[in-house]
Amino acid sequence: MYAFQFHRPSSLDDAERIFGESDDPRYVAGGHTILPSMKLRLAAPSDIIDIGDIEALKGLRVESDDVIVGAGVRHADVARSNDVSSAIPALADLAAMIGDFQVRNRGTLGGSIANADPAADYPAALVGLGATVTTNKRTIAADDYFLDLFETALDDGELVTSVSFPKPRRAAYMKFPNPASRYAIVGVFVAEARDGMRVAVTGAGPCVFRVAEMEAALAGSFTPEAVADIKIADDNLNSDIHAVADYRAHLITVMAKRAVAKALD
Amino acid sequence: MTITVTMTVNGEERTGTCEERTLLVTFLRETLRLTGTHIGCDTSQCGACVVHVDGDSVKSCTMLAIQADGRQVTTIEGVADGDTLHPMQQAFHENHGLQCGYCTPGMIMSALDLLKHNPDPSEREIREHLEGNLCRCTGYHNIVKSIRAAADKMAGA
Repeated sequence: MYAFQFHRPSSLDDAERIFGESDDPRYVAGGHTILPSMKLRLAAPSDIIDIGDIEALKGLRVESDDVIVGAGVRHADVARSNDVSSAIPALADLAAMIGDFQVRNRGTLGGSIANADPAADYPAALVGLGATVTTNKRTIAADDYFLDLFETALDDGELVTSVSFPKPRRAAYMKFPNPASRYAIVGVFVAEARDGMRVAVTGAGPCVFRVAEMEAALAGSFTPEAVADIKIADDNLNSDIHAVADYRAHLITVMAKRAVAKALD
Repeated sequence: MTITVTMTVNGEERTGTCEERTLLVTFLRETLRLTGTHIGCDTSQCGACVVHVDGDSVKSCTMLAIQADGRQVTTIEGVADGDTLHPMQQAFHENHGLQCGYCTPGMIMSALDLLKHNPDPSEREIREHLEGNLCRCTGYHNIVKSIRAAADKMAGA
C-alpha cells in the first residue's frame, strides 16, 4: 500500500471541505473494498477521509412506507435490526448474506453502492425494491443510479448519505455465492414492489439489471412456475474463472424461481 | 509519515508509532509485539487476524491502526484470566479443536462474538458463523464441537 494522508472528520461539512482541498482523495467507511484495493496497488489515493464516525450517516429508521438506512450503517446492523426484519425481511436477509460476519461488522451500505461492484448484493435490493439514493447534493432513483461496471451516477466527490427502501408487498433475495469470497456469482431480488413487479439481478452482468420478461410473467402469476421457463440471453453476461456466461444465465432463472418461492413462503 | 496511535488493548492503554498505512494487525504484532493475532491471507478472507474492536469481531488486516485510535481492542492475549484459560480456550483444548493452531486465535475471537449475540447456537448456526474463518487442518468438526461445549460451559457459569 502506498502512503497517504489520513483524516477522520466528525461532520459531513468537514469531510467535504477536506475532500475539496485534497489532491486525489477517497472516502472510506468500512474500508472493505478500498483497503484491499490499496494493498494490491489498484488504488493509490493521496488522502483517505474516514467518514465511519460521522453520526449523520448512521441513522436507521422505519417509517410507515419506507425503511431509511444511513450510508454509514453497517451490514451487521441491518441484518440484526428487528425493525428492518419486520418491515422488509428480504432486506435484512440480504444484509446477512453479505461477505462474512466480520466483513458485515465493518462494511457499510454507502460503501457498497458507491463502489458498485458487479457482484455486490445491495445493488439488487436497491433496484429490486425501487429505492431512492440520497446524496449530499440530490436524490437519485436506484434505476438511474447503477450505470456500468463500478460506475454510478455519482459525480466526483458526491457522497451517498442514505437510501430509502419502499416497503414491498412481498420480496425475497436468493444468491448463489462464490464459496470463497461470498460475492454473488448470481443474486436475484424479486419483489412485488410499490411501483409494480421487480426482478433485479446482480453478479451476472457489468452491473445490476432488471429482467422485464420475468417481471411481466410475475405480474400475471406470482409463482415460481411463471419464471421457470424464461431463458436469459448470455450475450452481455460476465464470464470468468468462477462461472461462464451461459452458466450465469442459467443461474438467473434458478435463483429467480427460488426467490419467488421464498417470497411466497 | 510517522504518527502516534493510542488504543486500549486488553484493558491497558497502549501507545505506539506507525504510519498512516499501517494495518491494525501489523501494529498489534510488530509495534505492540502481541503476536497471538496471526496474518493468514491478508485479503480479508481467512479470519486468522480476527480481534475485537469496541466489542465487535473484525479482521484486523482490513483496518488501519489509526482507525483503531481511541478505541478498545481485545486480542487473544486478553481472553484468559491470568493463567486460567477462558472457557472457550479450555473447550478448544478439551475437544481437540485445533491441530496446527494457526487459525485458532481468530477462531476463538470469532466464536466469542457469536456467543455474545447468540449464547445457544445450533451446530448449523456455528458453521454459518465460521464462514469467515478458514481452517485447513481439522475439517471444522472439532472446532464446532468446541464452540458448542463452550456455549454449554458459559451458560452454566
